[in-house]
Amino acid sequence: MSDHATTQHYTSTGLDSRKLAMWAFIGSECMLFGALISGYLVYKGRSVVGPTPEEILNIPVTTVSTFVLLSSSLFMVLALAGLVERNMAKAKLWTFMTGLGGLVFLGFQYYEFSSFVHEGLGLTTNLFASTFYTLTGTHGAHVAIGVTILLTCWVQMLRGKFGPEKAPVLEVAGLYWHFVDVIWIVIFTLIYLLT
Amino acid sequence: MSTTAAALPEQHATPAQGIWGWITTTDHKRIGVMYGSAAVLWFLVGGLEALLIRLQLARPGAEVVSAELYNALFTMHGTTMVFLFLMPLAAAFFNFIVPLQIGARDVAFPRLNAFSFWVFLAGGLLMNGGFLVGAAPDAGWFGYANLTSKQYSPGPAVDFWIVGLALLGVSSIAAALNFIITIINLRAPGMKLLRMPVFAWMTLVTAFLIVLAFPPFTIGVVYLLFDRFFGTQFYLPLAGGDPLLWQHLFWIFGHPEVYILVLPTMGMVSEVLPVFSRKPLFGYAVIIYSGIMIGFLGFGVWSHHMFSVGLGPVADSVFAAGTMLIAIPTGVKIFNWIATMWGGQIRFTTAMLFAIGFIAMFVIGGLSGVMHSSPPADLQQTDSYFVVAHFHYVLFGGAVLGIFSGLYYWWPKIFGRFLDERIGKWHFWLFMIGLNLTFFPMHYLGLHGMPRRVYTYPEGLGFDRMNLIATVGAFVLALGTIAFLWNVVRSRRGAPAPADPWGGATLEWSITSPPPVYNFAELPRVESRLPLWDDGVQPRTQPDHADVHVPPGSFWPVLVAAGLFVAGAGALLHSLIVVLGGLLFAVVSIYRWLFEPFEM
Amino acid sequence: MRLTLRTVLPLALLVMASCGGPFPQSSLDPRSDFASEIDSLFDGIMILATAVFIVVEVLLLVTIVRFRRREGGPEPRRIFGHTGLEIAWTMAPAFVLVLIAVPTIRSVFRTASRPAGDVLVVEAIGKQWWWEFRYPELGVVTANELHLPVNQTVEVAITSTDVIHSFWVPRLGGKRDAIGGRTNRIFFRPDSIGEYLGQCAEFCGVSHANMRFRVYVDEPGAFDAWVARQRDVPVEADSGSLAAQGKTVYSTSACIGCHTVEGVSAGAVGPNLTHFGGRRTIGSAVFDNSAEQLAAWIRNAPAMKPGVLMPPLELADDQIAALVAYLHSLQ
Repeated sequence: MSDHATTQHYTSTGLDSRKLAMWAFIGSECMLFGALISGYLVYKGRSVVGPTPEEILNIPVTTVSTFVLLSSSLFMVLALAGLVERNMAKAKLWTFMTGLGGLVFLGFQYYEFSSFVHEGLGLTTNLFASTFYTLTGTHGAHVAIGVTILLTCWVQMLRGKFGPEKAPVLEVAGLYWHFVDVIWIVIFTLIYLLT
Repeated sequence: MSTTAAALPEQHATPAQGIWGWITTTDHKRIGVMYGSAAVLWFLVGGLEALLIRLQLARPGAEVVSAELYNALFTMHGTTMVFLFLMPLAAAFFNFIVPLQIGARDVAFPRLNAFSFWVFLAGGLLMNGGFLVGAAPDAGWFGYANLTSKQYSPGPAVDFWIVGLALLGVSSIAAALNFIITIINLRAPGMKLLRMPVFAWMTLVTAFLIVLAFPPFTIGVVYLLFDRFFGTQFYLPLAGGDPLLWQHLFWIFGHPEVYILVLPTMGMVSEVLPVFSRKPLFGYAVIIYSGIMIGFLGFGVWSHHMFSVGLGPVADSVFAAGTMLIAIPTGVKIFNWIATMWGGQIRFTTAMLFAIGFIAMFVIGGLSGVMHSSPPADLQQTDSYFVVAHFHYVLFGGAVLGIFSGLYYWWPKIFGRFLDERIGKWHFWLFMIGLNLTFFPMHYLGLHGMPRRVYTYPEGLGFDRMNLIATVGAFVLALGTIAFLWNVVRSRRGAPAPADPWGGATLEWSITSPPPVYNFAELPRVESRLPLWDDGVQPRTQPDHADVHVPPGSFWPVLVAAGLFVAGAGALLHSLIVVLGGLLFAVVSIYRWLFEPFEM
Repeated sequence: MRLTLRTVLPLALLVMASCGGPFPQSSLDPRSDFASEIDSLFDGIMILATAVFIVVEVLLLVTIVRFRRREGGPEPRRIFGHTGLEIAWTMAPAFVLVLIAVPTIRSVFRTASRPAGDVLVVEAIGKQWWWEFRYPELGVVTANELHLPVNQTVEVAITSTDVIHSFWVPRLGGKRDAIGGRTNRIFFRPDSIGEYLGQCAEFCGVSHANMRFRVYVDEPGAFDAWVARQRDVPVEADSGSLAAQGKTVYSTSACIGCHTVEGVSAGAVGPNLTHFGGRRTIGSAVFDNSAEQLAAWIRNAPAMKPGVLMPPLELADDQIAALVAYLHSLQ
């Protein structure tokens, strides 16, 4: 985590380069998820065999996991606030809680996928399955990467190697985490609520 | 935070020596040279493929190569020239020149930069690996579904293409992010955005195009990969899938890709023309705005590649109008370039000849482009040799001439030695004659009914003579390439270049040729957009032996790339263990990279 | 002066390239309303483009000749731009583009809709690597050779049963893609009798180059006679004749698995051969339908057309001769 972490260089905008890079990367990610979501919507209703989304999507359960993921965004804010306030106990707690929120979300997703497969919706069953699994699976992979980053930060905090001077790193990780959450809101709305 | 960083005397700047020094380098200049070398090698490979194509088509019913090999040749010719020659050669100049032009000591993320290069190399090698096992990609550089499905392309050829493209996509996006941040954030004090050289500007626009255009394409490739490896049915009509989804995803990327190839060379030409006319660029801001405009409009016109698929008259009209709009900023650029030369003192150096050739030829490609922006006219032209003629005028007459203009212009800066001007002029004229001989008759071939991507044609259609002329032209181009290679070899003994051999106006000419490893002993203060002409900045005669801290080397980037290479090869072998092993190796290497002490 | 080469070269090429005909597959020699509409639109665009080309290239040439460096010439004046000029050369291309856009969009809509009146519907189905043509209203199925009456508006409904192909007869109009799961339609009225060459225009695999076809535009009487022949069952060959032996070979060999001859076999993979003897070409309009070519084709089709699905048939020479006689008897 030491890439440019300790020295503050002159930059033209005065902004941290890693933060700008994350913003540009998020722009790229918007196109990625935009394509996946478009793929899902374009193929909506074109499957020639079931199960259909109406038959299989479990909105109450996913609402709970959505709530967990959303809460983790709040935890992320608290974690960064803790680090900036030099309150390491607060930072550690909420960094861990954010990662935990992500893990719980992934657990829900595992439950969802396995119950779908159990009900006869495999990856190759129909177009709905293929577009659904690629979209939510890609999102899940993003959550998993985010959890890895957050828990790495947390472990480094426990080892005393991630102090307030690393606040920009946590801020960049937070940007990513908020993006992953926002994208989930879009997915949840378009795929689960508007069936 | 924003205090000027004067030299930080910490560690004397000596680059690592030998081959290991190159493999672990994070120096943008060395990475640029590696990008350039790989790109030129692939230019030769793509050129040889083109010569075989032209030999096969020299006369009707020829049997120089088989139908199967011909299809692989045109697929790999297109893929190679786009992804392994033009893009990386432009990346070579982004790497070497842009940090110098904006007065930076390196790019924003030096190790990410090295990583981009090594992944590019891995992707290129995997893609061409198909030739070694007799399964070179053969479904076209555009890889239209559902020809690429397992049913109609059962062998591994398409898999090589998918895996290679996936790695090249990673490389392009990583490199583009790096350049966006470098240009936005690492400009020398005083270098406002509207003081930036046009080449840096066009690099910025191009980088944004890459970052936004590659993801949809990646998804298209992922769907295809799932279809081929896991048995999904994204592109299979029987399951309700639509082959046109691929075309949309491909061209949402594919059209901006054209500007990804052309905009950097427009930037180069905008550097060369003023210097050799001894006049500032005419309409500097307008040229930049029109470049941005071209990039922006480029996202809204992809369906003009699909006028024949039957989108309906409304969609066709909208995309036709959008396409025509792009001609406006393009025309504006051309007029501004001519106005730059108007009233100047034009020196016909090789670089300048290539730049003028770029304008002359690009006009032809642009006008034929307007011709097939009209959907009814395009119904005759699309998928015919008319289109082949059109995009070769854009990409060879435009991008290739432009990039060679940049190459002759910056060569002395990069290597500290001149390319020979006399051989350079041979190179230029052989290219001009060769490209017109090769590509001009193709307009007629297309209008007279010759479709693209045919490995043979019968006698009696009137195609014979024009095809023969085109083949002769291709060999003239080969001669021009040999002249260029000879020039490169000779330049090792060429005249040493001073800091500012051409009387340039931009910052790269203020430091010695080749530049010292730290570029600028002291970051320059910029007062205008032509610092060497306006601000009295004097080119250095001797490198300052300043104690400037430069980024050390790192071997993690190349190891991450190696891990991805192994994972890609594992996918081709259908071995999950190898894939996971490669990915695990890459992840561990990323961790080591993140925790490596690395000070800029 | 070397620079003049730049002007001479394209002109020389123009001269060279425009001779070398005849061009029987040329889009510049239209023979239908659709093709003529496109051709005249293209002519208009071509004139504008040529004018722009001349203006820009002459301006470029004048500039580089007039302002070439001269020894002791004055230092150039440092001009950074001119707002009036920028506006002028933004408006000029915009004006030219309007001149192109207006007739373009008119043509787009004119060619997209089904013309009023009597329309003959033909289905063109692309397959690797040949075309099946069906006349649903007339009950006719044939392959690779499309027959049409002159001055009769035709709707071609285009689709595919495998990969994407493209239906293109340059002298009769623009191309349209044949895509599985979709049907595209083009409309045209051939205005002259004759033989027109067509070809698949979308890369569709190994033998994309060999996916040709022909369109025969006939007088209405001749067309009706052709249709009548297609709807009749061909005359049975005399028993004991070579053709009759050939029928036995046909009905006992692998042929019947893929081909249809009405009353004999009902294969659906390869072209319908019910009236094969009346066709002028084989192998998707690549070879003449002569006894020698047909025998060679039956012996080893993949050697003549790479990738073709029809395997080499393990038949003796006399069996092949009989088969050729039989197929040619199917008038």
